[in-house]
Amino acid sequence: MTALVSTTNSVAVRLDGLRRSFGDVHALDGLDLDIAPGELVALLGPSGCGKTTALRILAGLEDPDTGRVLVGGKDVTDRPANHRDMGMVFQAYSLFPHLTALENVEFGLMLRRQRAAQRRRRAGEMLELVGIGAHAGRYPHQLSGGQQQRVALARALAIQPQVLLLDEPLSALDAKVRVQLRDEIRRIQREVGTTTLFVTHDQEEALAMADRVGVMRSGRLEQLGSPEDIYGRPATAFVADFVGLSNRLPGRVSDSGVEVLGTVLPLIDSSAAPVGAAVTAMVRPESVNLEVDPQGVARVLAASFLGPTSRVTVALPDDTLVLAQVASSRLHELSPGTATRVVLQPTPVVVSTA
Amino acid sequence: MSVVGHQPDAKPAESGSAPAPAPAIRRFRWRRAGVLLGVAPFLAFVTIFLIIPTLVVVIGAFASDDGQPTMSNLRTLTNGYILDAFGRSIVLSAVTAVAGAILGALLAYALVTAKPNGLLRRAVTSACGVLAQFGGVTLAFAFIATIGLSGFVTVFLQDQLGINIYSGGVWLFDLPGLALVYTYFQIPLMVIVFLPALDGIRPQWREATSSLGGSTWQYWRRVAMPLLAPAFLGSTLLLFANAFSAYATAAALVSQGSPIIPLQIRSALTSEVVLGQQNVGKAMALGMVIVVAIVMGMYALLQRRTSRWLG
Amino acid sequence: MAGLIARAARRQRVMRWIVVLVLGVFFLLPLVAMVMFTIREPNGHYTFSTWRLLANWKQLGQTYPDLWAGMKSSAGLAVFTVLIMLVMLVPTAVWVRLRLPKMRRFLEFVCLLPLTIPAIVLVVGLAPVYAWVTYFLGGSALTLTFAYTILVLPYAYRAIDAGLSAIDVRTLAEAARSLGAGWATVMWRVVLPNIRSAVLSASFLTVALVLGEFTIASLLNRENLQVAIDLLGKSSATMSVAVSFAALVLAFALLFLLSFAGRRRGRRGATTPDQLGAVSPSLIASEAIGERS
Repeated sequence: MTALVSTTNSVAVRLDGLRRSFGDVHALDGLDLDIAPGELVALLGPSGCGKTTALRILAGLEDPDTGRVLVGGKDVTDRPANHRDMGMVFQAYSLFPHLTALENVEFGLMLRRQRAAQRRRRAGEMLELVGIGAHAGRYPHQLSGGQQQRVALARALAIQPQVLLLDEPLSALDAKVRVQLRDEIRRIQREVGTTTLFVTHDQEEALAMADRVGVMRSGRLEQLGSPEDIYGRPATAFVADFVGLSNRLPGRVSDSGVEVLGTVLPLIDSSAAPVGAAVTAMVRPESVNLEVDPQGVARVLAASFLGPTSRVTVALPDDTLVLAQVASSRLHELSPGTATRVVLQPTPVVVSTA
Repeated sequence: MSVVGHQPDAKPAESGSAPAPAPAIRRFRWRRAGVLLGVAPFLAFVTIFLIIPTLVVVIGAFASDDGQPTMSNLRTLTNGYILDAFGRSIVLSAVTAVAGAILGALLAYALVTAKPNGLLRRAVTSACGVLAQFGGVTLAFAFIATIGLSGFVTVFLQDQLGINIYSGGVWLFDLPGLALVYTYFQIPLMVIVFLPALDGIRPQWREATSSLGGSTWQYWRRVAMPLLAPAFLGSTLLLFANAFSAYATAAALVSQGSPIIPLQIRSALTSEVVLGQQNVGKAMALGMVIVVAIVMGMYALLQRRTSRWLG
Repeated sequence: MAGLIARAARRQRVMRWIVVLVLGVFFLLPLVAMVMFTIREPNGHYTFSTWRLLANWKQLGQTYPDLWAGMKSSAGLAVFTVLIMLVMLVPTAVWVRLRLPKMRRFLEFVCLLPLTIPAIVLVVGLAPVYAWVTYFLGGSALTLTFAYTILVLPYAYRAIDAGLSAIDVRTLAEAARSLGAGWATVMWRVVLPNIRSAVLSASFLTVALVLGEFTIASLLNRENLQVAIDLLGKSSATMSVAVSFAALVLAFALLFLLSFAGRRRGRRGATTPDQLGAVSPSLIASEAIGERS
């Protein structure tokens, strides 16, 4: 199997000042991104944020209005898609329906005029790598969605591309298959070591798979960082809101942080607002503790059992709703109507004046 | 919850249940009969106006004038002039099918590259919808007005460029003319029939080929053409059946003789001179049905492949 | 900047327009010839007298009684055939979907049968049947509506079937039934309003077919528009051609308007099929032969 793994192919990718408009709509508004060799960067954001446009410009399937694309230090902006040596997996309809799985994987090799025996062997090895060697002779319509995407991945990697591009490959799959496949993709990508750009609107996917996550909105990068950074130290309210759940609670800035519901929480960005300003603090449910207290002013409204943990919604006297994450073993003491006290953990939060 | 007529009262097979089913099955049969009643009017209508005429043709082909079963009608089919007519029908249909298929596919491809809801596609598709049905008298007149003996193109070529298109004889009212005129509705029909297949070609396949390093030519050769081949073939067959069955255009254009089978049937039906021809007409009709049925059968097989890949 | 994709798109646009224009010329020539024929006089001058006469219906009926009769026939046939087609086909299609799903293949086969039996063949077998029809209902051209309904089955069925598929009629019916609706209510108030565009589609195709039909009318010795045009061609070619052209334009206008009346099932680039409604004529006729000649 070691013949497959090739870390010497890893190159750095740079997107430099990409701009792309469709009429009045600015799909990309100045995107700068550096991907290190062998790294998996996820572009995360809502639909229309420009993440797919960025990927397609990198692939050569769209032209940027301005900006450059550099792969391995070389400017490939003017190079057509079929000369960029990139492997791509699409959200749907990835595979050629008239070819078997094996023939699909062989396709790129066949275009490069590899000898039949050699490419058959390599295609077979790639199918083994993605875990469906047994289905090599099947046609796409005989394969499940998850299996099809595995074949698509094998096909993309068979040509040993410089860059691997994944355009929401899991979005069309069932939930369980999605989770299973994303770990597989990550494992394979690490093993083969190809520089990868992964586009998704599912923040859980991005956090689980990526070395770094770029959160995009309206054609710009809001924040680029490791999954822990993105989650734990969101740079803007949008990032805090989009990635994971956030409670929006009113607070007042003091000199040591922001005061929310009686507790002073440290600020991620201490220069975000002047002292004394009234702000909205984004507090994560896992930072909210609920203590059963007959004198407490927060009343339990509802509880959602989610397996190992549960989410409990409490209502404050002014009708603000607060979401708390609790261990499921505590559910019995937090039935609807119970009086509780909300205690916030001193995790750094992001605030916005909006 | 199923709304299919099923046995609401029958219990699932459980051990030791008493023989309750008998009245339940009777109820079930009545219910089923009641449901079938819903389609009875339609089936009756189709039987009277489709099945019975078909049977008339099929049975009549094997009957003599006084009602006795006979093969003589079928034997007349092997007469020289009828075989010739079949042969000419087949050649005419094949030629116009291929010509219509190629040009129609070209036009369809041009349409599919345009905006899906744009004006061009809507207008051309509507025009094709009309022209594909545009046959018979109207079409014959139109062509006579265009390239007939005093048609304006004929006159234009004669006066302005000194070309006499009829120097070798008047071909408009014979097979070559028929072929040209048939093409006029074959091309639009091809567009209508082939366009959905072209629509089924996903852009991802082109993009995948590109990213794997394939050129435009390689994409066409390795992906698009293999995928479209069954649809193209199927559509060509459809065009063949269409030309083979066409009557009105030929009836309007050809006044001398009956070079093709549909016109032979016409003379068999309307002929008072040649006695005993009624059932020969039915035999010819049967022959036509067989040819068309075979072609349609092949078309149906190809359609399954197409809909699996491009549906 | 390179703009490679933009350049490829431009090239494609050029190719597209060249093909459309070249073939367009081929198709327009006979149409132009028709118009020219109706307005040209032997001495080389132009006149619109034919068209003026066509627009003046009363005078038209007086000058060309056969043509007028044919036009009325075809108009009546169009209306009746649409009605019979709708009354026969829509309830049956819905009924089969809801109560007799195993019959669906059979129904589809029956509705596609008219394609395999050319009109010229059908008319051979229709002669004795129509002898009975004439006996019971008289020899009016309007009795042709029964044969026309058969002819239009493949197209109408496809349109309605596609419309029913798009709205998932089973789920709708089950929902309505679970709320207490009887079958009549389900049909009239739940299903029908949702397949409006499919029904419209089927109706327009029926009209186009009826207006263009010649074979059966001619060989059953009845008068309709096309037969009248054919007859008229021998005496007044200009009026004949003018009427033909008008019929063409009318049919085109119908189909063109129809293409706006419902969402096209455009699948280019989309990953989910368009769920709502109408089927364009191209999609319906995609598996049908256009044999009406």
